[in-house]
Amino acid sequence: MKALVEIHDLLVLRGNHPALQLKHLEIPEGEVLAVVGPNGAGKSTLLLTLARLLKPKQGEILFDGQPASTESDTTYRRRIALVMQDPLLFDTTVFENVAAGLKFRSVPREKVKYKVPLWLERLGVGHLSKRRAGHLSGGEAQRVSLARALALEPELLLLDEPFSALDPPTRAGILDDLGPLLIKTSTTTVFVTHDLQEAAQLSGHMAIIIGNRLRQVGNPDDVFKFPADEEVAQFLNHRTPTGNRRK
Amino acid sequence: MVFDAEVFQITVLSLQISALATGLSLFIGLPLGTLLALGKFPGRSFLLSMVNTGMGLPPVVVGLFVAMMLWRSGPLGDLKLIYTPTAIIIAQVIISFPVVTGLTAAALQALDPRLRLQLYGLGASLVQMIWMLWKEARLPLLAALMAGFGSVISEVGASMMVGGNIRYQTRVLTTAIVLETGKGNFDIAIALGILLLTITFLINWALTWIQQRSAR
Repeated sequence: MKALVEIHDLLVLRGNHPALQLKHLEIPEGEVLAVVGPNGAGKSTLLLTLARLLKPKQGEILFDGQPASTESDTTYRRRIALVMQDPLLFDTTVFENVAAGLKFRSVPREKVKYKVPLWLERLGVGHLSKRRAGHLSGGEAQRVSLARALALEPELLLLDEPFSALDPPTRAGILDDLGPLLIKTSTTTVFVTHDLQEAAQLSGHMAIIIGNRLRQVGNPDDVFKFPADEEVAQFLNHRTPTGNRRK
Repeated sequence: MVFDAEVFQITVLSLQISALATGLSLFIGLPLGTLLALGKFPGRSFLLSMVNTGMGLPPVVVGLFVAMMLWRSGPLGDLKLIYTPTAIIIAQVIISFPVVTGLTAAALQALDPRLRLQLYGLGASLVQMIWMLWKEARLPLLAALMAGFGSVISEVGASMMVGGNIRYQTRVLTTAIVLETGKGNFDIAIALGILLLTITFLINWALTWIQQRSAR
């Protein structure tokens, strides 16, 4: 399977301390890679590094076979989209929120008018188009945030624990809608979570990061059956997934 | 005082000077406040402290400084700006730009710092990111504009010192009030005071309307 992103010998520091060390990691094209691990393990650091919001101390990131550093930060970031834990919607209407990233890319107005309602519908919030972001519930806001990212049709979608602040029924509802959408659009996705259930439901591949190091990568079944070491086994045993895995 | 024509001229001059001074303060203060709020560079805290101190600059001290600079024998005397409307504008910009700068920095620092990451994560360029942050902070930024305008339209000490209160040339509403009070013409001074208050109210009312409309 072709890798959209390859990471080699990555070292990222935060405040002079190693926040993430990765010998090698590949993100397969068109697949969802779940990055799981305990709090503070370095999962979000990986995501921010992939978004070029953190500069690695050393190492190389290849994007579509090319060193990511050959492009400017803005050019590179226009190939990706980031969804954070909090929706961080702008203080305007839902429509304008989803249109924002398209406008950054100078997408023609007619195309914006076509794409925004389409993606709002796909995320089940088409009826909220004219509502102001401040008047949305947590679940609605996160759906809008996902629509805002997916409307960009990014080559790489980065999800940083986007459901962790939601109650279980709301979370389950969004996961049920998002999973098929990611498969249908073949969006390469890195999905950071500390919830194994979410990870197993959404992803075909799983990377375990513990203590700022990558410990294991594989399909969820293999990872659960054959943990790479004691710490991975301990982490997995503390959290038992019950969801349906992505086929 | 030939009331109608002269008052009209004084009022127009006051508005022109205040509008220009506020505009220039915004032109300097908005980018500088943004730099201080978002930038990371040595001396940033010191600069921020300077700006915050500048927010409370006594106008007479500014007037003294600008007068010394523009005085005929001063370092900028050759420009022949002393006792001109330009001199008043210079003094008023020095008074109001720290206000706009300080309030801009505070407004942007009050935003969620992750908003910048989110904007970059959606592909915003630096300019687009700053524009979006200004839009997000539009309510306190309009308050900064109102505070900047308020500090110049009501200012009298510096205007008197560097403008000279010359009839038909540098007399503005505030200096005219001082003059008429000094002459014992309280009725005219009160009328001018009411006019100044009304103008200030109308402009702030318009800005508040814009501010509250965007808050909905």
